[in-house]
Amino acid sequence: MIKKIFFCVLFCCLSFTNNAQECNTILKGTVIDYHDGTPIYGATVYIKSLNKYATTNFEGKFKIEQLCNGEINLTISHISCETKNVTVSIEKDTYRDFFLEHHIESLKEVSIVSTANIKSKTIQSTVLKGKTIEAFSNQNLGDALKDIAGISSINTGNSIVKPVINGLHSSRIIVMTNRVRLQDQEWGIEHAPNLDINTAEKITVIKGANSLEFGGDAIGGVIVTEPSNVLLKDSLYGKSILSGQSNGRGYSFHSSLSKSTKKGWYVNAKTTLKKMGDFESPEYVLSNSGLNSKAYSLQTGLKKFESGFNVYYTFINNEIGILRASHLGNIEDLVNAINSPEPLITNDFSYDINSPKQDVTHQLVKVDYYKRFKKLGKLKVQYDFQNNHRFEYDIRVGNDRNKASLDLNLSSHAITSSFKFDAKSDEKYKVGFMGAYQNNFANPNTGIKRLIPDYDKYDLGFFTIGNFILNDETTLDVGFRYDFNAINAKKFYSKSRWEERNYELDFSDLIIGDFNTQWLVNPKFQFHNISASAGISYQLNDENSVLFNYGLSNRAPNPSELFSDGLHHSAARIELGDLRLQQETSNRVSANYRFKSANTSILVEVFFNDIRNFMYLEATGTEQTIRGAFPVWEHKKTNANLFGADFSLTQNIGSHFILKNISSFIRGKDIKNDRNLIDIPSAKTLNSIGYTLEKWYDFSAVIESEYVFRQNLFPNNNFETYIPTTDTTVLVDVSTTPSSYHLLNFNSDATFKLSEKTNLTVGLTVTNILNINYRENLNRLRFFADDLGRNYTLQLKLNY
Amino acid sequence: MHTLKNKYMKTIKNLALVLFVATLFTACSEDDPEVVNEEELITTLTATLRPSGGGTDIILKSVDLDGDGPDAPVISVSANLTVNTNYTGVLKVENETESPADDITIEVLEEDEEHQFFFTPTNNIATVSYNDMDEDGNPIGVQFSLATTTAASGSLTITLRHEPMKTASGVRNGDITNAGGETDVQAVFPITVQ
Repeated sequence: MIKKIFFCVLFCCLSFTNNAQECNTILKGTVIDYHDGTPIYGATVYIKSLNKYATTNFEGKFKIEQLCNGEINLTISHISCETKNVTVSIEKDTYRDFFLEHHIESLKEVSIVSTANIKSKTIQSTVLKGKTIEAFSNQNLGDALKDIAGISSINTGNSIVKPVINGLHSSRIIVMTNRVRLQDQEWGIEHAPNLDINTAEKITVIKGANSLEFGGDAIGGVIVTEPSNVLLKDSLYGKSILSGQSNGRGYSFHSSLSKSTKKGWYVNAKTTLKKMGDFESPEYVLSNSGLNSKAYSLQTGLKKFESGFNVYYTFINNEIGILRASHLGNIEDLVNAINSPEPLITNDFSYDINSPKQDVTHQLVKVDYYKRFKKLGKLKVQYDFQNNHRFEYDIRVGNDRNKASLDLNLSSHAITSSFKFDAKSDEKYKVGFMGAYQNNFANPNTGIKRLIPDYDKYDLGFFTIGNFILNDETTLDVGFRYDFNAINAKKFYSKSRWEERNYELDFSDLIIGDFNTQWLVNPKFQFHNISASAGISYQLNDENSVLFNYGLSNRAPNPSELFSDGLHHSAARIELGDLRLQQETSNRVSANYRFKSANTSILVEVFFNDIRNFMYLEATGTEQTIRGAFPVWEHKKTNANLFGADFSLTQNIGSHFILKNISSFIRGKDIKNDRNLIDIPSAKTLNSIGYTLEKWYDFSAVIESEYVFRQNLFPNNNFETYIPTTDTTVLVDVSTTPSSYHLLNFNSDATFKLSEKTNLTVGLTVTNILNINYRENLNRLRFFADDLGRNYTLQLKLNY
Repeated sequence: MHTLKNKYMKTIKNLALVLFVATLFTACSEDDPEVVNEEELITTLTATLRPSGGGTDIILKSVDLDGDGPDAPVISVSANLTVNTNYTGVLKVENETESPADDITIEVLEEDEEHQFFFTPTNNIATVSYNDMDEDGNPIGVQFSLATTTAASGSLTITLRHEPMKTASGVRNGDITNAGGETDVQAVFPITVQ
């Protein structure tokens, strides 16, 4: 890795004066991280004029001998720091400290993407890298993030996994993939991010809305996935990962290949294939829970220091079975399903995926260009296009048996541009703008009323961010952003619904057509959103640091919150949006305390989030139809407070053992009605003990205990309903949360060197070792079936 | 610095142009969406009861023209039932938003192994038995018999289940308890036997 730094070093002035003296002076020094004062290991100190170089040791120290007195130009570089040119005047043996700025942005020299603002020390963020991500090669983004304190997931079964950051998910989270904001109908709980985790080399999770570059509406936070860096040398390299797992009897295969040249040209291609059959709980088969997934990506470009461009294309298709027993006809079926200890339909294991299922294809094209201006900064321009085509299949009869019930095609275009003024090392600014257009088309040939209407959406945003290093201990960030959103929809409302919602009073001017039992309506809404952020980090001493930040953000209601209108079969409920919803406003404050010594690292994060007009979906009653009664769930608004604490501890014991604890607690209150908020993650604590033995094939083994507490603070939305076939009135319990549960997991791997450039890593993972029955509160299928039983995964990883 | 500014301005101009083109592109898609033809919508369930000794048919009807909309179905029973009488019954399910109404009973009968009607009376107002069967010899329920005995009042619930487990205990005899499957139609009729 160090080697490639040389290629990035652009200039090193010749101002060496030779006075014909004896050249035996020694220069010693320590290279230190500018922000936290820790010594930097593996930094390169290079004197180009003499072609001499040294590398720092574990204490950050280096030594260069046989120097002549006079002025020397040093180039100091490190993989994750800003390369620095320093002139040192030496008259005798000299010792100097050199500060490098720890700086992800500077990776622009070697990486395809530089995710500018997330370098910031003043936001709550966590980074996952290579090996951790590779362990989840056969799973989802949501699975990989669950081991971060404060991150949980909301699931529909086990293949549809949505990340939850500090209790917030879906439209409140921005997912950035390769610098593109993912536009994939993220509003729905059963719409998982369309992203192959294998395309990410690094994933950064940012809590709260403090990364304004990506958007102003990320009330929950931002997930940034970045591909691997490009090596700026002539090389050809790649990796393959093959995983097989017992539960679901599935496999996953990923392979990637990269070619790069010294001049900066590169190309890389990736592919991932997954196939899973029916998963199994400890006692029964979860029928129709299989998965078929295909993903491809291709990226190429020219990477130079002064300018460059990238072209990127990805394709991902997921065909996901939805538990057969979760498909319901009416409230009676729901009551029967909830009261049945086992799913009402279980068949023998099968790889077949039948209805109900979803089949989603996401394609993304991106082109970007950057140029640096000497002593000024860097300009970036990017255009991206995304197409998300979602089919959902219900159980239907007759000729429509194989016809999709939902067929939505979402196309999104976006242009973004930013300019970063980074000439001064202690004062940086970034300004940028974003323009986006989106079109949703709901195919009427499904023969089922549209759940989401056709619409056009326009977004325009401007932001400015300032980063100030006030002194060696203190960094300050401030940001401001303005967004304009406009949505223009055309939607059919049944006249009875239009009246029941009392829309004729406020929205009668929106009606543009009369279709017998339905109105055609043209809602046009505009929203102006302002967001701001401020953060400060302070290094108390070598081991202790704190940060505080504040974020203001606004989120306009999404199409689902505004327009949902219809029967959702997999939930046996009628879901209703509300045209009257306004944007929600979040004020979030948070603080971090970090302790870091050689063997111990502790991170305590706390936050408080006040959200006005908080939009949520909750049961409000029942409606009678010819199918029988259905519960009605409405998108409503209230004022909410969320607060919580996340704790992470890593303790080395000796040189082989590592103890870890990750715990999080969160509370959500509806302060307007003095109730608990729905869908708030349970408190959770993860404890693990790991053993590593580098000498022996880089061996490691970890045993992990995951304890999830019962969520006792839930809103009571239970209601009573009359069941005609039994002539009884029963309580429909859609609220009571499942019991606490405790899972034991195990992971071990070892790496074998097959040749000079080829490594084979063999890994074994066992989850739910004790094969216990459990149900997770935030899994929507918990009403119908237990979660997964024991699973063995064997993974082979070849690097070449 | 001056050339830099020019370059930057040029880029902004180019971006503005692209944005403008994107706006034009959207301006073309102003067509109104097509109305969805709801093929599987069931609006109406009609049970016709013909007294075996002759007389006027009794019609039980549930009509819900707005489908999944907020309006509750309209339930009607044309007359009271008579004590100690056998009735032959026929069921019909329709989509009356179409003109002429779409007879969905035909589809039910085409896939008769996957469908079954269930009749659930309360207060022992009547007993119901099946008069038809699918290819496997299991009941469907489009044709049925209903017999009354003493005077009583209560309700009769008629339920159409899709993919019921017809072989489960009691299902053949019309007991819905173990039937499973999904409810396609359910209507509760108030009945008086006198």
